Amino acid sequence: MNRIIKDKFVNIVADMTSMTGIYLPDDVEKKLRELAAEETKPEAVTMYECMIRDIEMAAELGRPLCQDTGALQFFADVGTGFPYMDAIESVIHEAAIKATREIPLRPNVVEPLGEYNTGNNEGYGAPYIQYRLDPGSSDLRLRLYMAGGGSSLPGRSKVLMPLEGIEGIKRFVYETVVEWGTNACPPLQLGIGLGTCAETSALLSKMALLRPLGTHSSFPKVAKLEEEIQRELDSIGIAPLGFGGSHTVMGVNIEAAGHHPATIGVGITTGCWATRRGEIVIHDDLSYDVISHKRVFEG
Amino acid sequence: MKKVITTPITYDQIKELRIGDTVYLSGMLATCRDAGHHRVLAEGVMPQHFEFRDGAIFHAGPIVGKDENGRDYMVSIGPTTSRRMEKLEAQFIRETGVRLIIGKGGMMKDTAEACRKYGAIHCAFPGGCAVVAAQAVEEVTGCEWEDLGMPEALWIMRVKEFGPLVVSIDTTGANLFDERKIEYRKRMNEVLEGEFGGGCSAK
Repeated sequence: MNRIIKDKFVNIVADMTSMTGIYLPDDVEKKLRELAAEETKPEAVTMYECMIRDIEMAAELGRPLCQDTGALQFFADVGTGFPYMDAIESVIHEAAIKATREIPLRPNVVEPLGEYNTGNNEGYGAPYIQYRLDPGSSDLRLRLYMAGGGSSLPGRSKVLMPLEGIEGIKRFVYETVVEWGTNACPPLQLGIGLGTCAETSALLSKMALLRPLGTHSSFPKVAKLEEEIQRELDSIGIAPLGFGGSHTVMGVNIEAAGHHPATIGVGITTGCWATRRGEIVIHDDLSYDVISHKRVFEG
Repeated sequence: MKKVITTPITYDQIKELRIGDTVYLSGMLATCRDAGHHRVLAEGVMPQHFEFRDGAIFHAGPIVGKDENGRDYMVSIGPTTSRRMEKLEAQFIRETGVRLIIGKGGMMKDTAEACRKYGAIHCAFPGGCAVVAAQAVEEVTGCEWEDLGMPEALWIMRVKEFGPLVVSIDTTGANLFDERKIEYRKRMNEVLEGEFGGGCSAK
């Protein structure tokens, strides 16, 4: 891959990073404005007003809307016909460094168990990259999640016994949200993974969080559970920001996989009101389409 | 009318404030979070150009930029989760004499007890609203402990009507988020009991 082509690829990923740090994705901004408009409790209304003012000022000034621009985590669905497959990792690393300097992002990455900050959001295993193959495609579908500290703190996963069932899942989720959710900048986006082990369920919960708000599981029973959990969490009412109001979550997404009959693994991943995720599709000629932020680019 | 606290902060300025009140801060403010608390208490190091006594700290790790003259300016500075500092905050209040701690979400009983005993308060700034917060920073006047990295360094700034700050622990030791959490827990138990019967495990 020659340098000119590589620079073009790096610029696309750095621009995507910039977009994701400055603007909320379309579904999140829409939902935030809906919740703000519905809220009646005066203290809660003040908080929502502050959030709306923040996203508007961030867009106007071109600054990251939250100072915690997170640990950068990329999810790459790689078409087996995508011609620049070999370069994806080094492009992402270069783009992270470039975006950190230019936007700027907060340099968050510290060395494992060390206090030494690398200063550019790049390091061993950072940015995090997860690959999936997409047979027959020549596109690269790239998603970015900025994992903030506060919103990552409630994350956990646990393996239940099958007889604990739906009750066990709900108890685990509600306990986690009530105990830790108030600090994670609610209204939260909740990703739940249901699988066999602690780690596969945790990964599924991240996949759930990456799904846009308002989408549902294709399994009717799982989709029903998404709605139930959303309704029941909302009746607890910890949002906005733990002060209390009419909602707890922006949405609840569940990704469930076939699992061992002797276990129910449950993973929980939370995103804040300012969940920053970007999605673009890069074609084999390095033209690309923005999927998550159409509003920003189409006015 | 806006209630504004100014530094240096006397006990009289904060003693009447109660949880749920909204205030603003004008004067000097320094960021101090996990590594900063550790430096002060475990390493016994105090900043050279900032006075914690009767002062205000902010649990925050900002993004700081350089303007065209090479001067630091606040790009984005929202609060970080205060609960992470719970382990050290009571000792921090006792040893430094800080009066105002600003952060996100609540803190726990050791901090609340120290606020009561030594006359300090904790306030919550709306989480995530980092550009709004940066607009209230008039000047970044210094930075210490840069070896800790940008988020953990101690950034010193002059602020004007910085807020809204909602009092979450007052000088009587009352704790807003603790009280709210009891409510949330009660509602959670009602939901679970309604559906499944029985109490909720206390884990």
